[in-house]
Amino acid sequence: MTATSFTRPRPSARPRPRTGRPVWEEKPGVLGQLGKGLSLTVVVLLVVFPLWCVVITSFSTQGSINIAGGIVVVPHGLTLGAYSEMLSGGVVTRAMIIGLVLTAAGTLFSMAVSVTCAYGLSRQRSFGHRTILMTFIVTMFFGGGLIPTFIVVADIFSGYDQYWALVLPGAVSVFNILIIRAFYMNTARDLIDAARIDGAGDWRILGSVVLPTSKAVSAVMALFYGVGYWNSWFNVALYMPTDSSKWPIQYVLYEYVNQGAAMPGVAAHDIAGHSQPAPLSLQMAVVVLTLVPIVIVYPFVQKHFAKGALTGAIKG
Amino acid sequence: MTITRNDVPGPGTSPVPGRDARDERGQDGKKRAGIGWRVRLRRDRTLIFMTVPALLLVLAFNYLPMFGTVTAFQYYDYIAGFFHSPWAGLDNFRQLFVDPAFWQAFENTLVLSFVQLVLYFPVPIALAIMLNSVLSSKVRSFVQAVVYLPHFFSWVLVITLFQEMLGGAGVFNHFLTTHGMNTWGIMTDPGTFKYLVTAQAVWKEAGWGIIVFLAAIAAIDPTLYEAAAADGAGRWRRMWHITLPGMRGVIVLLLVLRLGSALSVGFEQFIIQRYAVGSNAAEVLDTYSYYYGVVANNFGLGAAAGLFKAVVSLVLILAANKLAHYFGEDGLYRGKS
Repeated sequence: MTATSFTRPRPSARPRPRTGRPVWEEKPGVLGQLGKGLSLTVVVLLVVFPLWCVVITSFSTQGSINIAGGIVVVPHGLTLGAYSEMLSGGVVTRAMIIGLVLTAAGTLFSMAVSVTCAYGLSRQRSFGHRTILMTFIVTMFFGGGLIPTFIVVADIFSGYDQYWALVLPGAVSVFNILIIRAFYMNTARDLIDAARIDGAGDWRILGSVVLPTSKAVSAVMALFYGVGYWNSWFNVALYMPTDSSKWPIQYVLYEYVNQGAAMPGVAAHDIAGHSQPAPLSLQMAVVVLTLVPIVIVYPFVQKHFAKGALTGAIKG
Repeated sequence: MTITRNDVPGPGTSPVPGRDARDERGQDGKKRAGIGWRVRLRRDRTLIFMTVPALLLVLAFNYLPMFGTVTAFQYYDYIAGFFHSPWAGLDNFRQLFVDPAFWQAFENTLVLSFVQLVLYFPVPIALAIMLNSVLSSKVRSFVQAVVYLPHFFSWVLVITLFQEMLGGAGVFNHFLTTHGMNTWGIMTDPGTFKYLVTAQAVWKEAGWGIIVFLAAIAAIDPTLYEAAAADGAGRWRRMWHITLPGMRGVIVLLLVLRLGSALSVGFEQFIIQRYAVGSNAAEVLDTYSYYYGVVANNFGLGAAAGLFKAVVSLVLILAANKLAHYFGEDGLYRGKS
């Protein structure tokens, strides 16, 4: 909650969002108003409806799923059964824990590296500034491509725990570093100068002045990194596709829900004894579980989006 | 003697007000004599040290792979590595250019790129204009919060949601069968796959895409609207003659970026759905590189496909930037002239 405690006077150059109708604007026609309301409702429903269906189905009993013939739209006969089965140990529980730990550790690491690097690059006339900055910027335009990257990463981490291969190669986003740096150079500049005059060293300035005054940009960047780790799927497919005991939740979602493979530990066999995909309510519970962390964090960070994304998009 | 706040010269006495204390340039803008690089290195060692962890990561995972592009000219051998694999000359490229699967992937990429340009690109612009015209700030921020959300979902999640809605056992087909109509296998139809993929991209990213356009609209001088309204311009004429021209710079910039990345149409999206619709429809340049390189263990061929894509992309972005200059916009960058 600390992300919002720091308030900064609104820069006067940016006009406040208007709320009322300006006097010169004509009153909209009924038809136009109706059309606009209708299309906005459709847009919102397009996003919300699938989520609603998935959540309702995950809470539904097998009986009501059978009656609905699949995905349940109208809630009827709700139960927590799917969640108690998914979270009582087993594949999904383990995958959730792996996913959460990877995300938390990865985000912390990425933020530590990015914030220090952004601060290190924030003095325009420091020694080697231009060279170091260019070294980073070049990687935004040229890359090795998939195959060489795969060879290098597989080579570096062969013999090590493959979780390193999920965290380190994508740990630093040059784009994010540049956004943080731009923020430090513009907004935090006067404070940094004041602190230095007071005799603070660089680490001290970063820790006690810069970080506490740039919580908005830190929150947005941490969300970007965190979502990146939480959603990472292809890296698992590349570096550890066979060891199902190590999969984070996204890969479990892919294998047991998207591809419909039989979930170990879930007793589901048809009459001939072939293993079947897990029951629909369990599958939808997995979908909801991958959604939950994002939906929990999202409201706290959402109000800072404009600031965080704009510095990057407009000012480069 | 310790320095206290009071000893620091006030704003009026500082020789160059507001200037960084570490600037080694004097008031006249010329370099001050006497600060050698050794002194500056010693002075800034903490700052340099702070960039080292990120530098190491970038060197290992960005620069080393750049060097690894040599694989495209090698018969890559896993044990010998970059340094000892035998050279292949242009053999990998020869193999690549006679492979019909490669040309199929190339064609798919171009077609998809075009479909996305036509069907995806205008959506965030239209959404932003519509949202901006909503007067109630509560409604505005609610809609924004909702449409930004899918940007943070993974592709696995998005495709799973589409499957539950439009798939064979999904809500849509269930509705069709209960109303006596035939089912429509949207999720597995190779013919309409390009539209399905574009719809998924719109669902996931179009909402997030409006941020930039909303900012561009917010930067338009509101007195322009007032003046136009006083001159008798209606809603639509104000949109056409003020809002859209005001967004022109951003639109051109994003178009340039879009053209420059015309060969990158998405990756996970295609790998996840490739099995369902078949490789004929779902193979794009990136997935070709992955399947023929990593999965089929022909690293040289995969790297050659990757290098081909990178070179064409570079040419495209230069051309697109030129085009932007031609239309009188800044584009990505502007050479010194």
